[in-house]
Amino acid sequence: MRKLLGAWTGLVLVTLYVPIAVMGVFSFNASRRPRWTGFTLDWYRKTLGDHNIQDAVWKTLVLAAASTVLAVALGTAAALAARRSFPGKRLWNTLVSLPVMVPDIVMGIGLFALFHALGTGLSLATAVIAHATFNLSYVAIVVSARLQGTDRTLELAAQDLGATPWGAFRKVTFPAILPGVVSGALLAFTLSFDDFVITYFTAGTGNMTLPWKVYAMAARMGVTPEINAVSTLILGASLVLVVAALRLSRVPVTGGGR
Amino acid sequence: MDEFDVSVRGVVKGFGGRRACDGITLQIRRGEFFSLLGPSGCGKTTLMRLVAGFESPDEGTIELAGRDMAGVPPHRRDVNMVFQNYALFPHLDVAGNVAFGLRIQKAPDIEGRVRAALEQVGLAGYERRAVTTLSGGEQQRTALARAIVTGPRVLLLDEPLSALDLKLRQGLQEELRRLQRSLGMTFLYVTHDQEEALAMSDRVAVMNAGRIEQTGPPREVYETPATRFVAGFVGSGNFFDGRGDGTMVRTADGLSIECRAVGDVTLMVRPEKVRVNGGPGLAALVEEVLYQGASTSIVLRAGDRRLVAEDPDARVRPGEPATVSWRPEDVRVLPK
Repeated sequence: MRKLLGAWTGLVLVTLYVPIAVMGVFSFNASRRPRWTGFTLDWYRKTLGDHNIQDAVWKTLVLAAASTVLAVALGTAAALAARRSFPGKRLWNTLVSLPVMVPDIVMGIGLFALFHALGTGLSLATAVIAHATFNLSYVAIVVSARLQGTDRTLELAAQDLGATPWGAFRKVTFPAILPGVVSGALLAFTLSFDDFVITYFTAGTGNMTLPWKVYAMAARMGVTPEINAVSTLILGASLVLVVAALRLSRVPVTGGGR
Repeated sequence: MDEFDVSVRGVVKGFGGRRACDGITLQIRRGEFFSLLGPSGCGKTTLMRLVAGFESPDEGTIELAGRDMAGVPPHRRDVNMVFQNYALFPHLDVAGNVAFGLRIQKAPDIEGRVRAALEQVGLAGYERRAVTTLSGGEQQRTALARAIVTGPRVLLLDEPLSALDLKLRQGLQEELRRLQRSLGMTFLYVTHDQEEALAMSDRVAVMNAGRIEQTGPPREVYETPATRFVAGFVGSGNFFDGRGDGTMVRTADGLSIECRAVGDVTLMVRPEKVRVNGGPGLAALVEEVLYQGASTSIVLRAGDRRLVAEDPDARVRPGEPATVSWRPEDVRVLPK
């Protein structure tokens, strides 16, 4: 039984990681064919030198950064609002976290329809709004978790010592939730950076982001070593961000001195 | 008028139909150590939060140093609070916590004043320590230093010693009292521990169910309690319900006690005033002898009545018959 379980676990891991490993390995392969002939960094050199890809990377970064800022501001505010009690609070909490569960395609089409109805046209700006919309839920969830571990009397103590309500928030509550805010920001940035479906519906044809560009290249020419190289880079960047986000979310609430 | 640092008049505060404060009036003098004493849920913490400005009264007024505090937010009130759980800022070290109020005031010589405050509470050299590494007593002292360093008019202390063990608590009681004297600061102290309140305060207000039952110096509250509740909460007592005719009070179970009271009254005799086998008196049976080191409690039974005596001279054993007596002037008359 144990052996069977072990073998099954192995099979699952192989299924999960072999495709990624293959992609990574072939991004360093000297040959265009899927047969190992020798190590090269040519594909990386070539992709990084490609103006179209550079442009896509730039747009992806701008989109991710702008939508992250927006999502962090709105998501943190939503989490703070949920600390007070007000009628319909449960409904509010559900509505704020629901977008996490809505399929991307539904979200994408919905936003597309909305922008169409509003007559705004599609641009990087509409994509920023779209990304902020789904990311604010993630930020709100992460920051809420952090707030639950924060003692509210700290804010009272700060006011008692002369801080205005805003000052108390800035000097006491915000430092306490900061790891949650940063962690939420990194998560939002990663999700925005990787997103294809929602961007496809909301950015307009002139604004191809990196995942979209990869899709377009693969659709035209099949999977090439260049695509392997780009994908490996995306994977690396995402891993770094996600690991950083996870680490920060585990910083203890009552962490020691500075 | 100005000699009062805190004036509370007719304050009512309800939470969802329950009145936590039900018509509180009290005045605290400049430099006084004033305690609010009562069981949990009596409204003493609510009253303190009203003074701090964390809550606003439904009725009545609160004045600090002669100024009406209606609509004045906590950060504009010249009072500081030591919280029950200390509420130290975890992201700041000891010095950062103590300096918090000074930084907001943009006060000069913050470093020197922080050092002086830490010395006053016995934490010299603790500046750079993280508050999470401190013991309970050290956290308590840090909270105290943080609250006194800005020199507020009134210091509010919400059961500051309740989380500490007995030995530490006794030491800190003494220190707090000494600190209060040397600062000359008005202290409003909330506690449910009657010994603590009696030991430390200039005056005590005993609270029950949102009302003040009695206000006075510790000795007065203990020796001449105004109500049955005060008599039972501040110390313990032997109670006798009866009817007085001006010379004697007769109880339903046939006891006659010498007392000048008239009408339906409750009489109370403190255990330490009760003598066992000290002369003629009530016939009783010794049930239990509880040796407590400094004192000995003797539990006796007279008919259906249970009596407690603390008589250091008594040499009795459980099961023995004994007489119980007291001096007429040690009988306290309480309204029924």
